[in-house]
Amino acid sequence: MSLKRKDLLSLAPLSVEEIALVLDTADSFKEVTGREIKKVPALRGRTVVNLFFEPSTRTRTSFELAAKRLSADVINFSPSSSSVVKGETLLDTARNIEAMQADIIVLRHPSAGAAEALARGVKSSVINAGDGWHEHPTQALLDLYTIRQRGLSFEGLKVAIVGDVAHSRVARSNIYALSKLGAEVRLIGPPTMMPWGVERLGARVYCNFDEGLTGVQVIMMLRLQLERQGRALFPTIREYARLYGLTGERVKLADPGAIVMHPGPINRGVEIAPEVADSLSSVILDQVANGVAVRMGILYLMSGAN
Amino acid sequence: MAHVQIDYTQEKPVMDAGDIGRAVTRIAHEILERNKGVARLALVGIRTGGVYLGHRLVRRIRDIEGVTVPIGELDITLYRDDLALRKEQPVLRKTSVPFDISDKIIVLVDDVLFTGRTIRAAMDGLMDLGRPAEIQLAVLIDRGHRQLPIKATYVGKNIPTSRDEEIQVLLEEAGEEDRVVISRA
Repeated sequence: MSLKRKDLLSLAPLSVEEIALVLDTADSFKEVTGREIKKVPALRGRTVVNLFFEPSTRTRTSFELAAKRLSADVINFSPSSSSVVKGETLLDTARNIEAMQADIIVLRHPSAGAAEALARGVKSSVINAGDGWHEHPTQALLDLYTIRQRGLSFEGLKVAIVGDVAHSRVARSNIYALSKLGAEVRLIGPPTMMPWGVERLGARVYCNFDEGLTGVQVIMMLRLQLERQGRALFPTIREYARLYGLTGERVKLADPGAIVMHPGPINRGVEIAPEVADSLSSVILDQVANGVAVRMGILYLMSGAN
Repeated sequence: MAHVQIDYTQEKPVMDAGDIGRAVTRIAHEILERNKGVARLALVGIRTGGVYLGHRLVRRIRDIEGVTVPIGELDITLYRDDLALRKEQPVLRKTSVPFDISDKIIVLVDDVLFTGRTIRAAMDGLMDLGRPAEIQLAVLIDRGHRQLPIKATYVGKNIPTSRDEEIQVLLEEAGEEDRVVISRA
C-alpha cells in the first residue's frame, strides 16, 4: 500500500485506506519526534519549498520542522520577499522554484483552487497547506490523528464542527474525511455561516449550539476569522460569543470525556472560553505537536511519488 | 550413472526446527561467554525476523543465566540508502527501543546477513538513539555477497549462495513452521 499521488490537494478523493496509511505512517514519525535526536535521513538530498502567500506561523513552521527532521533541504518563500511583488505570476514563481530542483512544493494561498492550478503546471509534488476557503488537508489529517490518538474510533463517532463553517477550509477537509470514515458530522453555527447545500456532504446542520452539542464525543471549534469578514455575518462579537462560544457549562452537554479541538490560533473568550481551552479535555496543544509527525508522514509518502 | 538434476522450482530445506533451536542456544551461550554475563547487555531485533529471533535469544539467555535482558525493536526503513531511488515508499513500521542504549553492549539481531546494507542502516538508526558502548551482530544465516565491510559476531549457519538464490527464514511467530529454505529467486 502506498500513496500513489503526485500531489495532496484535497481529502475528497482520498480513500479510507489512503487516510489510514497516512495516520499509520504518522504514528511511526511520532516515535521519531519523541527521541532525543529528532532527525532521520529519509529525505536526505531532497528539497522542500514552503511557498506561503498568506501569513501563517503554525503551519509553515510545522512543515519546516517536519522537512528538517527528515533531513530535507528547506527553502521558505513569502510574497513580500519574492519577485511576486514585481508582478510575477504564481505559476512562474513555482516554475522558477522547480528549476532549482525542488521535489515538493508546500503551497498556502488565499485563492481556492490555487494548489490545483499549480499542481497541473509543475512536475514537483504539491501539498496544499490551505487554499482560500477550499481545503486544508494536512490540518484535517492531524485532527484525525489526534482523535485516533485519544483511542476514539471513527465509525459512529459524533463530531461537532462549530463556527464559521462556510469560510473554513479546515471544516471542509474534516467533513470530507470524517464522513468517509463513518463518523456522524454535525455542523453548528449561525445560518449566515453555513455553506449552501452542505447537507449533501452527509453532515447535519444545527443553528442551536446546545442541541447540536448533546452527546458528541468530539467538539471541533473553528476560529472566528475577525480579520476576514469583519462583522458582516453577525451583529456583535459579544452576541456570537454568547450563542456560539464554548463554555465549561456547554461542554457538559457533550459526552463525558469528550475532547475539545481547535485548529488555532484561538480567540480566547470569543469562540472558546479560557477555562475550556486550558482544560484537561482540550487537545489543542496535542494537535500542534501531532502536526509535525503527520506532516513528516505526508512528506515521506509524497517523496516516493516522483 | 543417472544424471541428477536439481529442481529449483522446489524449495530446498537447509535448516529445520531442531537446527534453528540449537543455533539459537549456541548463539545465546556465545553472547554470554563473550560478554562475561549480562551486565550492560541489551538486544535489538531488526524488524521483522530479527525481532522474533531476538525474543528467542532473550528467552534462552534467561534459561541459562536467570536474567531477562532488555530487548528493543528497530525499523530501518528511514535509514535505507536506496530510499530516494525507489519508486514507492516502503511502508514504515515502528521502532521501539524502550531503554537507554547509551553505554550498553547492544547485540543487533537479524535473520539473514547478505549485502550488509541493512546492518549499516541499523547501526545508523541505533546511533540516533544514543551512544552504545559496543555493537555486536547476531544472525541466523550468513549467505555472503557483502557489499560493505561488515562481519557478524555470532552466526547460526554459514550458507554460501549464488546471487540468484533466495534464502527464506520461516518462523513460528509469523505463522509458519520453523525452517530455513533456499530457492531460485
